[in-house]
Amino acid sequence: MSWLFDNFELVSRLAGNHVALSIAPIILGFSIALPLGWIANRWLPFRSWIIAGGSFLYTIPSLPLFVILPYILGTRITDERNIIVALTIYAVAILIRTVADALAAVPTSAIEASRAIGYSSWNRFWKVEFPLAGPVLLAGLRVVSASTIALVSVGAIIGSANLGYLFTNGKQRDFLEEILIGIGASFLIALVFDVVLVLMGRVLMPWSRRKSLLENARKMRIAQGA
Amino acid sequence: MQFFLDALRWLLDSANYAVGSVSPLPIQARIGEHLWYTGVSVAIATIIALPLGLYIGHTGRGRQFVISFTGAMRALPTLGLLMALFLIVGATVPFTQAAFVASIIALVILAIPSILAGGYAGVESVDPHTVDSGRAMGMTGLQILLRIEIPLSLPLIIAGIRAATLQVIATTVIASYISLGGLGTIISSGIGLNDNDRILGGAILVTALALAVDGVLAILQRLVTRRGSTEPRQHTQNVRRRSAGSPTVAELTADEGKKYVRSKK
Repeated sequence: MSWLFDNFELVSRLAGNHVALSIAPIILGFSIALPLGWIANRWLPFRSWIIAGGSFLYTIPSLPLFVILPYILGTRITDERNIIVALTIYAVAILIRTVADALAAVPTSAIEASRAIGYSSWNRFWKVEFPLAGPVLLAGLRVVSASTIALVSVGAIIGSANLGYLFTNGKQRDFLEEILIGIGASFLIALVFDVVLVLMGRVLMPWSRRKSLLENARKMRIAQGA
Repeated sequence: MQFFLDALRWLLDSANYAVGSVSPLPIQARIGEHLWYTGVSVAIATIIALPLGLYIGHTGRGRQFVISFTGAMRALPTLGLLMALFLIVGATVPFTQAAFVASIIALVILAIPSILAGGYAGVESVDPHTVDSGRAMGMTGLQILLRIEIPLSLPLIIAGIRAATLQVIATTVIASYISLGGLGTIISSGIGLNDNDRILGGAILVTALALAVDGVLAILQRLVTRRGSTEPRQHTQNVRRRSAGSPTVAELTADEGKKYVRSKK
């Protein structure tokens, strides 16, 4: 642990960059996946194409994607924009399906009711469909947040100064403690992100919490055989 | 575009397939290694995780464990896991085997969550009425598991193995940095030599391999899907079943969300 205190400045700088590299793909990925998922849900012919496209992108392994992108984007191989673009692609790949499924699960009765009282499709999306799809979207975002933070460290191989540097450097110096501190710090960031997302969900969707509490109580009763 | 044409030319150059050429060539040897590491790791992980997942799905005990375990494992940085295991294993195992042993352990650890979740989600998604009819016919718990639950949940079990396999193929690439063989060595040596053809050629090879293996497993998944099993499109009750394609990583991992949707109905 003394290593951590001696190198606290380094670790916090790496962690800061790690956070920055993680936030951008999560936000960008969500912003891109939302309209795509909406299109997939709205026009069925597009659905299988969009979802298949997402699965295809998800199949590309991370390191190869990191090294292919510079040739497509014209960036240098060590440019951190490659990492952001690559992780955004994965985020979109995961979230497209979540968005499409979440919107498909919105009760038809709610959509029809909103149509009946005269909502335009824009308003219907933002005031009815999006909030009702919220809890599923949140679950998808939590998945994306955890896997993005874990994947950022692979970028250290191509020279990005994030927590992954502690892994490559610790391996070179045969110094386990440094690697374990990196893993711990990465976990901690993922945990903080997750807590923030859950809290955001509670604030923005106060109804879902009450519902899940009720649901839990119901499950408990079933489990107890009552 | 020129880079890609050059990389393709490199991939088609027969000299790169010549037996006995300098490491990381010949290419086919690296493909073979990659598939071998993947197969071994996924097999070990399946032996460990599948029975556990089936047990949890069958009894319903430990559901919360599966959900929080798979969630937490998603946040585990693969590179850190590989490097840490390399140092830990290297302290006890001879250097020549350390990379292999450490990598396989890491790959198994990374493959377990998806397979566990697949087995659990598969059994849990079987229509309770079907299970009840089995019980009414006098089947024992084991018979219900072997004759009803496992056959009907095969598509999701394979979906879990498929997700795990993708994860393992991707992580094996990174394992070249702890001197494991496989296609990653082509990319890493390319980065070291600043050789664009190798970097891109290697990356294209890995991507093609991942797509091919994923395609084979997708076909397998379709083959084991039968009437009554949790095939997408056949039911309309929950999110998974509304999906047009076959279950994938994204779907298996969005488990928590689905729980919510299902509970609403």
